Parts: sequence; C-alpha cells; structure tokens
Amino acid sequence: MDALAPTAPVEHGPSLRQRLAARGFDAVTLLVIPAAIFSLLLFVYPFAFGFILSFEPKAGGDWLANYKRFFSDPFLYDTIGNTLRLAIPVTLLNLVLAVPIAFRVRLMRRQRLLTTILVLPITLGTVLVAEGLLNYLGPQGWFNRTLMTFGLISQPLKLVHNYWGVFASLVITGFPFTFLLTLSYVTGIDPALEQAAATLGASAWQRFRHVYLPLLMPGFAITFCLSFVQAFSVFPSAVLLGEPAGITRVISIAAATAAFEEYDYSMASSIAMIMGFVQLAIVVAVLASRGLFYRGPASGAKG
Amino acid sequence: MTIALSQFDEVRLDHVSRDFGALNALRDVSLTIRRREFIALLGPSGCGKSTTLNCIAGLLPVTGGAIWLDKSRVDTLRPEERGFGMVFQNYALFPHLNVRQNIGFGLKMRGRPKAEIDRKVDEALSLVRLQGQENKLPGQLSGGQQQRVAIARAIVIEPPLVLMDEPLSNLDAKLRLEMRAEIRRIHNELGATTIYVTHDQDEALSLADRIVVLRDGVVRQVGTPKELYEAPSHLDVADFMGFRNKLKGKVAGTDNGRAVLDVEGARISGVARESLSAGSAAYAAIRPDDLMVGEAGPNAIAATVDTIEYRGREFVGTAHSAGGLDFVFRSHQPVEPGSHVHLRADDQRVLVFAEPIQGRQ
Repeated sequence: MDALAPTAPVEHGPSLRQRLAARGFDAVTLLVIPAAIFSLLLFVYPFAFGFILSFEPKAGGDWLANYKRFFSDPFLYDTIGNTLRLAIPVTLLNLVLAVPIAFRVRLMRRQRLLTTILVLPITLGTVLVAEGLLNYLGPQGWFNRTLMTFGLISQPLKLVHNYWGVFASLVITGFPFTFLLTLSYVTGIDPALEQAAATLGASAWQRFRHVYLPLLMPGFAITFCLSFVQAFSVFPSAVLLGEPAGITRVISIAAATAAFEEYDYSMASSIAMIMGFVQLAIVVAVLASRGLFYRGPASGAKG
Repeated sequence: MTIALSQFDEVRLDHVSRDFGALNALRDVSLTIRRREFIALLGPSGCGKSTTLNCIAGLLPVTGGAIWLDKSRVDTLRPEERGFGMVFQNYALFPHLNVRQNIGFGLKMRGRPKAEIDRKVDEALSLVRLQGQENKLPGQLSGGQQQRVAIARAIVIEPPLVLMDEPLSNLDAKLRLEMRAEIRRIHNELGATTIYVTHDQDEALSLADRIVVLRDGVVRQVGTPKELYEAPSHLDVADFMGFRNKLKGKVAGTDNGRAVLDVEGARISGVARESLSAGSAAYAAIRPDDLMVGEAGPNAIAATVDTIEYRGREFVGTAHSAGGLDFVFRSHQPVEPGSHVHLRADDQRVLVFAEPIQGRQ
C-alpha cells in the first residue's frame, strides 16, 4: 500500500499529486467530468452548431444575409420589441408582487403550506395554465359572466387573444419562481437588523428603504434576470392566449415560423442567436448595476 | 459634551407579563429603575431576561401589565416611538453602511441637520474611542470594535434608557474584561440609565448598581451586588451566586435565624435564609471558597477526593460523600485523589434554604 511505501527523498519536493491538489485538482475534481460531458453534448455543441449554421444562409450568398434580413424586415425585428414589452413589465410586476408577500410570509409559522400553494402553478406547466385562462377569461368565461351578472360591464371584456391574456399567463406561471427566489433573499437578512433600525427610530418604510432594500438589491437583480429570461422565452401562451400574428408575435414565434413553416433552419438559428444576444444584453446590464450596491453578507456581522 | 441623554426620574414595570401561547415567559414582573442606575437582569437561559428587555424596547408587545416612563405609558408605543437605545447581542450593525453611517443612522432617521449629525457622531466616536475607523464597513472591524460601534449607535440618539442584550457574549475573555470596563466608563461619563442583560454573574456583580435575578419569568431577588452575593434569598439565586455545594439534609433544629441540618449523619449549622420547620428537607449552600479540607468535628463532613487541580495559590478539588453528595472544595495542601478527608465550612459562611417547591412557583 502507498501508506507503507518508503517516503520519497526530500530533495524531490512535493509529488505531482500534491502539487496538483494544492492548485485545487484532486480526485474530487474528476466528479465534474459527467457534468462537463453532459453540457458539452447538450449545450455547447448545439449552440456552436446553431451559431455556425446562422452564418450559412439557406439561399447561399452573403454570410450575414440572415441577420440583414432580420433587421430589415419589421415583421421580424418588431418581435424583439414585442417580447420585451411583455417580458419586462411581467418580470417587474412579479417582483413588485413578490416582495411584500415574501415580507409577510417570512414571519409566518405555516410557511410551507403557503409556499406549496404558491408553487403549484410551476408544476402545472404553461400550457395547462394557458388553456385554463382561455376558458376562465374568455367571453363566455366565469370572469366575464360574473362581472356581467353584477352589472359591472354590459358586454364581455376582451381578455384573451391579445396582449393581456399572455401577460396574465406569464404572471401566473412566473410568479412562484420569482416569489421563491425573493423569499430566500428576504429571509436571508438578519431580523435583528430591522429591530435595530426600529429602536433607532426608523419607521417601517424607513427600515425597508434604508436597511432591507440596499441589502436586497443584489438579490433582486439576480431574481429579475432569472425571471426575465423565463418570460423572454415565452412561446405557448403567446400562441394560445395571444395574438400570434400581431401584438404578441414574440421572437420565439418568429424562430418557430422560420424553422417549421419555411424550413429555413439557418434563419431560425440566426433568430435564436439574436434572441440570446438580447437576453444577454439585458442580464449583463442588470447584473452590472449590482456594482452600485453593497454585496457582502447580509447578516449583522461576524459573531 | 453635546450628547445629553434625555432625563427622567424612573422607569416602572408594572406587573408586566408576556405569554407565548401557553408559555408564560414573563409573569407579573414589577420593577422600578431609577435615573442613572445600572441594572443587570441576571438569570439562566430561558429565564425571561431577554424577553423583559425586548418588552421594554418594544420589540415584543407585553400581554399584561404596563411600562411607564415617569407619567407616560410606553408599552403601547412602537419601538421607533420609544427612543430607547439598544445594543444587540450580535451587534446588528448595518453591513452596508460604514461606521459613521451606522452611528448616524438614528439621527438621520429623525431628520436632524447634517451638521448636527456630524458633530454628534464625532463625539460618539471619541467617546467609544474609534476615531480613524469611521469609513470602514462593519465587516472590516474586529469584534470589540463592532461592539463599540453598536454602543455609539445606541447612545448617539440620546436615549433616556440604554438597553444591552448580552453585549459581551461574543467576545473572547480578555476583550470581555476590557469592554466591561468600557461599558461602565461610558455609562458613568454620560450619566446614562442602563439595563443590561447577562447570564454571567461576574459581569452583573462587577457592573451593576442593582441586580435583578430572574427565573422562569419571575423576579426572584432584587438587590445590590453585595446583597445578592452575601445574602441570596433562594437556593436557585444562591446557585447562581456561586454556592456550588448544595448539601441536602433534614432540619434538626432552628434557633434565632440559624438552623442545624442533619446531612448524612453530620451536623451542619448555618444561617437560615428561609423559614424552616424541624424535620423538613433543606439545603446547606456553601461556596467552594468556604469549604476547606480540615479536621473532623462540627460542620465537617466526610468525603472521598475525586480530582484535584493546581490553581497557583491553592488547590481546588472535587469530592463525593458516601451518600452521593458532590463537593467542590479548596485546599492549601495537595490531597491525593481517592483519599478520605473531612470538608469543613465556617458556620457563618453556610446558608440554609428550604427545599424548592418542585415545578414552577
């Protein structure tokens, strides 16, 4: 056995294994290999393939032809604005709704029950929620019928097959995710900080503004990014609940059209690349703004 | 000195209770704190001392009774309306604000002019001796420095009452002694009124003008350190005051404030601290300092030495009796573990207590 073998002479210094371990490479490092292969096969390769494909237009010719076409055709480039007009307000609304609820839930004893209820929409999936909303908010749905029964409206409100149908669906499916992230950030802050602020004379609003908010901003930025990326890739509800040829023609619809109606995989890849770039630009901008805030530990101090 | 704490005559806790569901964390606590007093709330964990402090600060609503600051009732006010300064156990410094901003936080929330904030913060910094550190974040400070920031932050708002919740428990032993002296110095310099929660009787004895001993949410004894040290009123208070030897026996006789106990056949006489009836069970409480290896005879009990430790000037040992009583004693000479000795205590230094009623009283 190694342990019983004579020790190496001193002049040889530490063994290769020891030197590698000192730099953070040891046997445990090998455990990342399956994950590395997995991401190589399922993410890096398809991404690289799509990237290269996007520069090989179906019709041949100019290698930037797909991108030129995208940015010269309003039917295509408007999808960026359409998607952003959905994703940004939805993400902000979810965050604004999640914060007060997380502040309340943080103090509750039956947190798990409430959390379970709030998480249910995630497990339902976007299509089921979309179908449900289609019935519920439709012209003959309960929502309109109830309002009409009480005489609040004289004819049904148009709530589906437009912007607001997709908006509602994204809020419902996105909220639990936003909420759970927010809750974990909010509960990560030492309650003694708020108590200290209170004894120092800070009102509830001042405690939020001067203690919680600055400590939570970095967390909110991450939450915003993750929620935004989810909302930005909206597809099923934009088709089912929206107006897929008009106001809710989002960028993923454009990509799907290119791929499965025009059979132009090269164009679809270009659109996917543009989609990825827009997401990346927003995420980088938001994360960079974190530098404006304190980012250390959010507990009182070391004990 | 421009930090002038607002003055008052007394803070009065009037039959204050606090329940958590079926649990009475505090029962009928009545206490009057006079201006410029340093009061220590002392007790084991779970005795209600922190609950009392939180009720005074307004962080916990009381469920019964009232708290008065002179003639105004404060227990109905929110914590931010009470204006008491509080020092938290983990300091609760705002991690995103530097030392200056932490200390000035309370004044800023009150909307004071910047010049006044700067002046008072400067003065608080010099009072806690932290000049030169004002631009550091709390994470860059040592534990003792964080403690000083927490104290400065609490006193700069000029509170009538300063509340401290085990402020030294996170520091190492040497720093604890240093900060203990600092806390008393700051208290004296400001003429503050301080309520200090601790489970360390040394801290309470050395800092406080008066000590309030709590147990199971009930006030057991209130007195000066000397009163508590020399004349604890109950066995549990005595236990807290360092009477580590508690010899259970039967009352053989009482006479004029004195009592004689029969402890495993030995006669132990001492000062009766509670009314005792002959034949009932009682405890003789003796500090390790007062229990010495000596001759057989009155006030001595036979024991077998278990361990012996060298403590410089003398030896401290543990021993047990044939009947299973445990002792901690002192000796000038080394004694061998396993040897048989007689442990004696002067009858003026033995306190006799009635057996505590089981359960909560």
